[in-house]
Amino acid sequence: MSQGTGTTSARSASRTVRDVVFVDGVRTPFGRAGAKGIHAGTRADALVVKCIRDLLRRNPSLPPERIDDVAIAATTQTGDQGLTIGRTAALLAGLPRSVPGFAIDRMCAGALTAVTTTAPGIAFGAYDVVIAGGVEPMGNHPTGADTDPNPRFLTERIVDPAALNMGNTAENLHDRFPGITKERTDAYAVRSQQKLARAYDAGQIQPDLVPVAGRKPGSGWTLHTADEPPRPTTTPAAPAEPRPPFRARGRATAGNAAGLNDGATAALLASAETAAELGLLARMRLVAYAFAGVEPEVMGIGPVPATEKALRQAGLEITDIGLLEINEAFAVQVLAFLDHFGIDEEDPRVNRYGGAIAVGHPLASSGVRLMNQLARQFEEDPTVRYGMTTMCIGLGMGGTVIWENPHHEHYGQGAA
Amino acid sequence: MSFERYEELAELVPAEIVTHSYVQDAELPGGAGTLALITLDNDLDHSRPTTLGPNTLIGFGRTLEGLKERVSRGELAAVAVTGKPHFLVAGADLSTVKSVDSERLGRLMAELGHEAYDLLADLGVPSFAFINGVALGGGLEIALAATYRTVSTGAKGIGLPEAFIGLVPGWGGVYRLPRLIGPGNAVKVMIENPLSNNRSLDGRAAHDLGIADALFEPADFLEQSIRWAADVVRGTGAHAVAERRARLAQYDDDAWTAAVAAGRAFVEARTSNAAPAPARVLDLLEAGRTWSQEESAAAECAALAELMQTPEFSATVYAFLDLVQKRGKRPAGAPDKKLARPVSKVGVVGAGLMASQLALLFARQLQVPVVLTDIDQSRVDKGVAYVHAEIGKLLGKGRISQDAANRTKALVTGSVSKDVFADADFVIEAVFEELSVKKQVFAEVEAVVSPECILATNTSSLSVAEMAADLAHPERVVGFHFFNPVAAMPLLEVVRAPRTDDAVLATAFVLAKGLKKNAVLVQDAPAFVVNRILGRMFGEITAVFDEGTDAGTADGALRPLGLPMTPFNLLALVGLPVGQHVQESLHTAFGERFHVSANQQKLIDAGIKGLWETSADGSPAVPEHTLALMNRGSSPSSSADVLRRTQDALADEIGRMLTEGVVAAPEDIDLCMIMGAGWPMHLGGITPYLDRVGASERVNGTRFHQG
Repeated sequence: MSQGTGTTSARSASRTVRDVVFVDGVRTPFGRAGAKGIHAGTRADALVVKCIRDLLRRNPSLPPERIDDVAIAATTQTGDQGLTIGRTAALLAGLPRSVPGFAIDRMCAGALTAVTTTAPGIAFGAYDVVIAGGVEPMGNHPTGADTDPNPRFLTERIVDPAALNMGNTAENLHDRFPGITKERTDAYAVRSQQKLARAYDAGQIQPDLVPVAGRKPGSGWTLHTADEPPRPTTTPAAPAEPRPPFRARGRATAGNAAGLNDGATAALLASAETAAELGLLARMRLVAYAFAGVEPEVMGIGPVPATEKALRQAGLEITDIGLLEINEAFAVQVLAFLDHFGIDEEDPRVNRYGGAIAVGHPLASSGVRLMNQLARQFEEDPTVRYGMTTMCIGLGMGGTVIWENPHHEHYGQGAA
Repeated sequence: MSFERYEELAELVPAEIVTHSYVQDAELPGGAGTLALITLDNDLDHSRPTTLGPNTLIGFGRTLEGLKERVSRGELAAVAVTGKPHFLVAGADLSTVKSVDSERLGRLMAELGHEAYDLLADLGVPSFAFINGVALGGGLEIALAATYRTVSTGAKGIGLPEAFIGLVPGWGGVYRLPRLIGPGNAVKVMIENPLSNNRSLDGRAAHDLGIADALFEPADFLEQSIRWAADVVRGTGAHAVAERRARLAQYDDDAWTAAVAAGRAFVEARTSNAAPAPARVLDLLEAGRTWSQEESAAAECAALAELMQTPEFSATVYAFLDLVQKRGKRPAGAPDKKLARPVSKVGVVGAGLMASQLALLFARQLQVPVVLTDIDQSRVDKGVAYVHAEIGKLLGKGRISQDAANRTKALVTGSVSKDVFADADFVIEAVFEELSVKKQVFAEVEAVVSPECILATNTSSLSVAEMAADLAHPERVVGFHFFNPVAAMPLLEVVRAPRTDDAVLATAFVLAKGLKKNAVLVQDAPAFVVNRILGRMFGEITAVFDEGTDAGTADGALRPLGLPMTPFNLLALVGLPVGQHVQESLHTAFGERFHVSANQQKLIDAGIKGLWETSADGSPAVPEHTLALMNRGSSPSSSADVLRRTQDALADEIGRMLTEGVVAAPEDIDLCMIMGAGWPMHLGGITPYLDRVGASERVNGTRFHQG
């Protein structure tokens, strides 16, 4: 029980691990990176702030001073997302000054890592409630800008130079799995667009979007309420058109990969008991999570060992996972994962609302988008007990989080 | 295309910085339909506020016409107006208003605003103003014309300052505001605030009064405003708005009458009705109670057209735009600020009231160590204690934090030894007004300080050059003349003595800016500017009184100027002995044209504090025993004679000052009188007034301002 506002509950000497629940998550509409994109004139910290404020408005029973930490991920931690963005965002959002914050980086899995870094703090008793999220305006902060890779990477062949370019790693994955053809990845990409369009039509995406006003020189303010990247009219022929940018006669194209995007996300996590105390809805229960490293040259395969590790920890099989949100950095990487686990590429458990190929992938923000969508699918489908959010990560990693559906009839009974 | 009849106005101001009306459609949340969102934007950064000129208003009006057409086609559910960051609109562009140089054109300009704003009020769908920042005058009137308003807690500068500028809120403000927030509060916004140093409201205050229906924080102001608008459009939010408005705008005919009367009393007390605009606002308010909006609009346009051609309005535009906003910020004759030296420690010689006020100002504004000295420990302790107590008061009022109070207190120390000045960069003396005393002080300080240390004097009447004459480094001496009370009066007369060098002068100007004072460069002439002009005025008024004019006639003769205080009341406030001392030094310097009143000396000798006292019935009167002390002549003057005589005396004195080169131009005289004596903007300070009443030509044969 809580001893009062602003203080985390006192723990007994015999410490028990507490259940961590995902309460709510929101995101900005994702934009296309670059000067013409919807978020071009908007600061990264402002995008995060709008998410945090909307989370609080959506959960009015949460006293803001009960938030114990704010973890915000960004891959490029300079400029408008420098200076410890978790703390700056907390201050700019108007959270009480007693609420601390910090910054996280694990490239594409930033927001996912913000969740998995704070969740154990809740389980341990260091936190009752946290905000975890991420932001990436890839237009204002091109990936890799101002970085200085150690020359030893090359001179000592620690990684293949190709590993520093994500597109090349996708081509490498095609080399490793010759069965994944361009025809398959293009077809997968088209289905992703179609699934997202259907989810939009069914109103499954919009409820978790935070409207963002943007202003462009010479045209005034407008309000952005929908994602910019989707191309719902894409046909199987269309994705074949873009010229492969990474390799002559290559297979990875703009059509079968996520684009360069701007966006931010934020989620509210709590201990199960704090959620109950404050009247917050527990929309998912954290079961297990794991990260794993792979050869950087084929970073897209990362979700495979990460998932195996997480399943092992949870005592579950892949067949126990009823819903799967896998980030679509590249279609080839998703297909490699599905092939490995023997899941059909049109399996309805996978990315029901489409994926990053359609909606976009503003690197460090994407993890929470996967969780938002999984939580909503849990509500829609109480027959599913376990779900998974997983993503590949630059420089050869994967991260997987397994969640339990509170709407399932056996929720919490002898669970992992 | 309508608005054609206004094209001639647009042609008058080809260089107008146009505020564009950009339109973007946004889908209202919850399926409430399409919102056309107008952004008022001049495509310049925040240092260039958006303003309203004829081109802007024609563009705004035509944009609204286009939207009205879209409404009629059923395309829109609502229309909203907001601004670029920090501004909704900062009001009419006063520099374009100058081009509207006939009553006919003025009326056209007034009608242009009405025609555009009325479209916003009558689009066929609800209209919204999202007040994101500054909304002054015509800017706020745009918002008032909308059906609903939201405001940001981050918005500052919301108000109707027309009465201050010399106009009326005649683009519908005077009609719409009282109906929205009640006549009493409308008088506060349209009269009391403008006439109280042109005060304005912040977002929260505007919401509290009912100017806005909803208040949102800046972080997502526009998003929340649009969400709120959607609720209103869908009908879910409209009822609460109606209830709140009904509560905030409760009034009856008596309240309306009382508000007008209170406004008139306020105007009389503040301005003596010397300028026409404030009373005109109240006339419109009073008659507007029973008018339709169209009737009011016609009267508003007539008032604007007329007032725009008044000398008071052009004098105010001159004073506000050319002086306060421009010349006041870029003082004429200030050397390149790159020459300025850093000031990291300040010394104050003396620990009396003036010296202590200076120490407080330096410590608070510059946040550098300040050390006070005086001849004995008890005086030093008293001075430091005064500063600490004043800081305590600021803390008590919540104006500064405990940490800031601790820091500032720790900066102020005292000593009986001038050795503490050894590492000071700037030492100012505020000791007794006696040349020999000041010379001795400077000699003692020079013995201690570095060769670069600046020595400043707060003298109000002595020669800075003489004070510096015997020093090893006379080039380091500069006059730094503050006005009492130091914290409140914005003027600083920076006195250049013949040998003052540029680095010292540059430092003085940079320092003045750091102290948030408006510096005016003056030459080393007795009493500089403000005290010399006030002294000449006091001389004339006391002279006519001594000649036999009764006190009421003498003291009330300058009423048409609308000065903040009558001469005798101001003398009593300054203190008769101080006033007499200044007058004597002016007399010594300039001779008979500065009258020294023997009668005033008699009052001082008798310990009387001022001519006027409050009689039993509460009215001011000169008591019999005071009159009995004095010998007065038997040649009374009429009020008109006194006024003319004083006008001529002022024109004469200012003419001499300009010939002597005390300041660079009449503009500096006016700036000094506005900033240092609170003389009204509608006089343009003083010289435009003297031109207008013919005094300049009567006395000097020429006007101060040509054309």
